[in-house]
Amino acid sequence: MKIVVCVKQVPDSAAKMTVENGQVSWGEAPLVINPWDEYAVEAALVQKEAHGGDVIAVSLGGESAKEALKHALAMGCSEAVLISDPALAGADSQAVAKALAAAIRKIGDVDLVTFGRQAIDGDMGVTAAQTARILGWPALTLVSRISQLDSSSRTIQVERSVEDGRQVVQGKLPAVISVVKDFGEPRYPSFMGIRKASRANIPTWGLGDLGLAAPVSVVSWPKVENPPAREIKTEIIAGSSAQEIAEQLADKLLAEKVL
Amino acid sequence: MSNKILVFIDQKNGKANQASWEALGAGLMLAGKLGGGVTALALGSGSQQVAAEALHYGADEALYCDDATLADYRAEPYASLVSSLARGAEAVLFPTTTAGREVAAMAAVDLDTGVMPDVTALEVEGGQIVATRPVYAGKLIAKTVCSAKPVMITTRIRAFAKPTADASRSGSPRAVAPAVSEADITTRVTGYTGSAGGVSLNDAAVIVSGGRGVSNNPKLSPPAGLDEKQAEIWRAQQGFRLVGDLASVLGGAVGASRAAVDAGYIPYEHQVGQTGKVVSPDLYIAAGISGAIQHQAGMRTSKVIVAINKDPEAPIFKMARFGVVGDLYEILPALTEALRKRLGK
Repeated sequence: MKIVVCVKQVPDSAAKMTVENGQVSWGEAPLVINPWDEYAVEAALVQKEAHGGDVIAVSLGGESAKEALKHALAMGCSEAVLISDPALAGADSQAVAKALAAAIRKIGDVDLVTFGRQAIDGDMGVTAAQTARILGWPALTLVSRISQLDSSSRTIQVERSVEDGRQVVQGKLPAVISVVKDFGEPRYPSFMGIRKASRANIPTWGLGDLGLAAPVSVVSWPKVENPPAREIKTEIIAGSSAQEIAEQLADKLLAEKVL
Repeated sequence: MSNKILVFIDQKNGKANQASWEALGAGLMLAGKLGGGVTALALGSGSQQVAAEALHYGADEALYCDDATLADYRAEPYASLVSSLARGAEAVLFPTTTAGREVAAMAAVDLDTGVMPDVTALEVEGGQIVATRPVYAGKLIAKTVCSAKPVMITTRIRAFAKPTADASRSGSPRAVAPAVSEADITTRVTGYTGSAGGVSLNDAAVIVSGGRGVSNNPKLSPPAGLDEKQAEIWRAQQGFRLVGDLASVLGGAVGASRAAVDAGYIPYEHQVGQTGKVVSPDLYIAAGISGAIQHQAGMRTSKVIVAINKDPEAPIFKMARFGVVGDLYEILPALTEALRKRLGK
């Protein structure tokens, strides 16, 4: 079983984001592996442990994204590859998906690709589906459980967390999945894993290595703004008893016409 | 397709996801600004009926395909049909549902164009569609444009108004043929297990959420034989019962902070925040939630926020329209009762 897990490096979820002169800043907050992607790494490792084989972590980004790959290695991935090219600066979701699909083809003989449900920076949630579409492989998104994976019959069966419950879907391998939190808590990097990751040699592939011309990005964010400040005047409701407070609050909520 | 806007109506067995009508409303607004009409498209079992409903909601034309290959929602054949119909359009709109988001993503690949998911506002500037997208879970707002056509847009649930239905607007939905055959589809739906049940957080007009504080009631004595952690979870479950009682009187959904989910008080599907659901109800009541930045990111656009917390310094009070500094174990039941009386329930 050869599994690729795609990870992204993002500002920590506790970061206070600001925009100054059109530049997005996350202050002193660290850059970390996208929290959703840790579930994708976990899913890949569980399948490797059950079926044998290798898990290769792939990320697209600048040199710093190697830290996210090292986290994936420390969790137990066998190898990691960074896709980095100046021509990918400002790449939109489809340009990213094209580069990831090219890397997956270059790795070769891949059975399964795992993604997190979305990255917490752009909040797009489309890269898994787009990468699958480019590869021509089934896209099984929002997977909460892999109920069966059979490398001889080349099939996978998953449960997807969708609006009306869990949809059970079968697909052919190779397939692309995106994983949700219900899949199970991701493991912590082990001490040995961290040591191994710190010594890992992570190759960088440019567009030339992928045999790709610079993909054209059509979606852009010409303007990023701080959200409008909420003009809130907080009214503290006080009273001599819980009942008195509740009666006042109930009247005020009805007056706001939100019930 | 001769119309400039195509709207994907997400439906199952003849019942449209309500957010689809909001997407149709956004499509009608864009068509008004760009000129031209709106085509609605419904796929799968019961789609003819939903397509007829789309005409009532104001679509100029309604298409449907009730082919067996589309009976169960599957991304591949849905995307292929959407992209085959979308050629020549300016924009394709979808509700931000599971199906909407991934069909939009795949159709964008087919047509080598762009996708702008989960937008909260749309404008037309100099003939170009400009979408407002919250990014970093709403900590920032991006104005987003796409230089290719048709642009795939998914509208955030509850961000756009639903048009008024008028049953006198008549017309006949037109059947279209599927774009691919079963042999070309690599997935198969074998069934469903469980159901989401209750009110979904995304569409809820009212959400009552509990945090770490729901376990904080020393007066409760847990049943014998529980260890410390089990006793904590037992206490939290009593607290969440009060949260649920209030939600049910208000016809709302139950939310939770990440701290409450991580502590094992309540399943993940209730989590509101950056790594949970981003919600925007009319009323958000936060009980025993301090209001970490990740939680704020998930509920900051709620119309009216009420905070109930013992700690007067809790950051959640800074976002709240109304605050109660007090014990949720006393306030929640009293508030449930006061609202039950007023709402006649």
